[in-house]
Amino acid sequence: MMEIGLNHYLVLSTILFAIGLVGVMRRKNLLLLFFATEILLNSVNIAFAAISHYYGDLTGQMFAFFVIAIAASELAVGLGLLIVWYKRHGNIDLDTMTSMRG
Amino acid sequence: MEIYLYIALFAPLVSSMFSALFTNTPKKQFVGIVASSLILTAFASSSILLNHILNGGEPIHVEMMTWMATGNLYIPFGFVVDQISVTMMMVVTLVSSIVHIYSIGYMDHDKGFNRFFAWLSAFVFSMMILVMSDNFAGLFIGWEGVGLCSWGLIGFWFHKEVATWAANEAFIMNRIADLGMLIGIFLVYWNTGSLQYDIAFPAMAHLDQATLTWIGIFLFVGAMGKSAQFPLHTWLADAMEGPTPVSALIHAATMVTAGVYLVIRSNELYSLIPHVGLFIASLGTFVALFAASMAMVNRDMKRVIAYSTLSQLGYMFAAAGLGAYWVALFHLMAHAFFKALLFLGAGNVMHAMDNELDPFKMGGLKKVMKGTWIMMTIASLALAGVVPFAGFFSKDTILEAAFAEHHYVIYGVLLFTAGLTAFYSFRLVALIFHGEERYKIFGIHPHEAYKFMLVGMSPLLILAMIAGVFQVPFFNMVEEILGAAEYHIHSHTTLWIMLVGTQVFVGIAIIYAYKKYMSQSSVPDGTSKMENSFMYKLLINQYYIPFAYEKYLVKPYRELSAALWVVDQKVVDATVDGIANIFYSTGENTRDMQSGNLSTMLKWMVAGTVMLLSFAVVFGLAVRYSDEITTILSGLGV
Amino acid sequence: MFEAVAFYLFAFLTIAMFSITVMTSQALYALTALAAGMIFISAFFFILGADFLGAIQIIVYTGAVMALYAFGMMFFDTTREVKEKKGNKFIIIGLSTLAAVMVVAIFVAPILSNNIVALYPVVEGAGNTETVGLVLFTKYLIPFEVAAVMLLVAMIAGIVLAGKKMDLSLTLMNSEEIEEKDKKVLS
Repeated sequence: MMEIGLNHYLVLSTILFAIGLVGVMRRKNLLLLFFATEILLNSVNIAFAAISHYYGDLTGQMFAFFVIAIAASELAVGLGLLIVWYKRHGNIDLDTMTSMRG
Repeated sequence: MEIYLYIALFAPLVSSMFSALFTNTPKKQFVGIVASSLILTAFASSSILLNHILNGGEPIHVEMMTWMATGNLYIPFGFVVDQISVTMMMVVTLVSSIVHIYSIGYMDHDKGFNRFFAWLSAFVFSMMILVMSDNFAGLFIGWEGVGLCSWGLIGFWFHKEVATWAANEAFIMNRIADLGMLIGIFLVYWNTGSLQYDIAFPAMAHLDQATLTWIGIFLFVGAMGKSAQFPLHTWLADAMEGPTPVSALIHAATMVTAGVYLVIRSNELYSLIPHVGLFIASLGTFVALFAASMAMVNRDMKRVIAYSTLSQLGYMFAAAGLGAYWVALFHLMAHAFFKALLFLGAGNVMHAMDNELDPFKMGGLKKVMKGTWIMMTIASLALAGVVPFAGFFSKDTILEAAFAEHHYVIYGVLLFTAGLTAFYSFRLVALIFHGEERYKIFGIHPHEAYKFMLVGMSPLLILAMIAGVFQVPFFNMVEEILGAAEYHIHSHTTLWIMLVGTQVFVGIAIIYAYKKYMSQSSVPDGTSKMENSFMYKLLINQYYIPFAYEKYLVKPYRELSAALWVVDQKVVDATVDGIANIFYSTGENTRDMQSGNLSTMLKWMVAGTVMLLSFAVVFGLAVRYSDEITTILSGLGV
Repeated sequence: MFEAVAFYLFAFLTIAMFSITVMTSQALYALTALAAGMIFISAFFFILGADFLGAIQIIVYTGAVMALYAFGMMFFDTTREVKEKKGNKFIIIGLSTLAAVMVVAIFVAPILSNNIVALYPVVEGAGNTETVGLVLFTKYLIPFEVAAVMLLVAMIAGIVLAGKKMDLSLTLMNSEEIEEKDKKVLS
């Protein structure tokens, strides 16, 4: 228990990923859905960094770095789109966004 | 010569098809006339063929076309006109032409006039196929065809529930017997390799006794149903619900004789298994006595005549069972004439009496219906076997055959039955035509039938009187094919004592019947001492056999069907509906997948991912532990 | 010893914060909890000796990303309570648990079988930032440039989508036109 190994980090990462999944499935408000997506990305970053540390390989950290960059740009575009939608429709609730009659 | 065969065979079919065009239209006179003319054409062709055979001509074989030719099985539509079939053809076409002509008058006021002729001619066609076919398969086609047409004709007045019930009873009982016949036919094919008569019968000489016995028994089961032998006899009496011409044609002359025809046709088989023949003869004798006893007290005119048919069929089977096939065929022919005449006369009486059937409610009709009276009396004399009418020659020959073969019990019973036959026939004649006119109480105004109907019945009258003359030419004709044997009683005196004794016995019975019923003045209403005696009750309820069938066979079967219907509903229907429901509910539940709601789609995405991950884990584990898995599976024996 | 304490402490905090983000009905709480969670994750990076990454995490995520979200929240007026229709709890939690377990199984498998080979090993004697720079500008140069272009594109996209009165361009107009425009606005 005392010796923190790779497995601890991986389990932690998985728990965070699961929490992120719960959020993705549960949230009906688009903005809060984005929050859950951030959680997913962060949990993966932890996993990358942990593996990189325990195997003495820098590839993991590189990946985490790029993931952060991409997350940031995705957020910018996503929020822009969200603004446009909000201006048109007045709300960002998922249940009102269906145009198909399923 | 083949052309006459085809005319005789297909003229009834043309008649049926023609009449069938008019089934939905009101009565059209020409339908009856056209139908009768076509049947008369068939009769003419049959007569020409009869002439040909009588003059020593060769039997005519035709093979019209192939029906089934698969592997080793070859069944053609083939027809043969030999001595046996030409006799049957003549009888069938003669009686049916007369019945057709009669029906023009009898069904005069009936709404289903056209439909009647369609069914009637179809029946004649099926019967012709039956008697003219040269293999067992064609025989079976005709067999089923006459069963179907008799169903349609018995239940002709289908709005009467009694009639439909009787029709169903006839058809179902026939069907039960047909199962036995089918098994017999299968056995024939299996053991001899062919269904053609001229191949199968010679081959049977090489089979062992056990197989032959089974074949004989099963074929006879089929004959039992068609010819209403005990215990499949109840349908014949109930079949009187149909119109009287139907009873005359089907239940006197043709369909019920199909069973006898089968036994006669299979004479080569039955000659090889005399013990089965003895059984057939004994059963026939029993039925003769059984039916005659029920006819003695019955109060329904047509039923009495139906029981007499049953009784005479017993005589025919007795003759056939004893090996006297030509005698059976001869009696079949003579019986057809006088029985059809009796039925048609009864039809006249029914028409006159406004469909009343109880002879106790009639009486003294000879003043109004002279022609019918003469015909029915002569027919009854022929039936009773009084010399010199037709019945004497045929029935007495049967008695001689039984005596000569040393079957004294059969002889005794048949002799006693002859007396009973005379009694009940003349009981009927005395009650209907003689004595007081009891019908006046019921306000009925009888009149004689149309002239042309009486004229049409007259050939039968003449034949009933003179058919005995044909015995010797008939014997010469069928001698070579039926293995005929003259029956010689050893001493001349015995023969004369038998002949005269029979006549005296019959005469006494007739006189007793006249005396008892000539002066009948009242209609019995169930209170007299005789009516309440045990014997009377037993006989008038037909030995309680229909009651037993209803209680112990029909009711349990009906309840079983009702119980199984529940199974059908709950299991079969539920399964089918369940399968349909699976599709519906799957569609309903997965409709959300395409609802356009992002949240739902995200959930489905996660579900899909989980599924893929589980596949990955399972396969990874399988690869990792493949050796252990193979060991376990081989241990289980896969 | 300290490492274990730090790990468990930060792990517990991170999980708690992220759970709040996902479960709460108040949007403001969600935002705050998310920001806190980001900080704690950077702590993990520091524990793992990835200093550069930890710093980047704080600057980019907690600084820029959370600021963007905060502006977004103000715009969409989600400071009120968020009304959400209930989904089926059991399906959600069940699916997540299953996914988690299986991911662990899949990731652990190659580790258990010792199949991992280090591609770009750490250089001894240099600090983390220096090492990252060495690898980033040699082996990962192309992705770096592409990422830069992507960020530029994202920035422009964000401005175009969200901006108002985009048909006028102040730098292309001369001074008279700008004065006219101001007069119109003022009057």
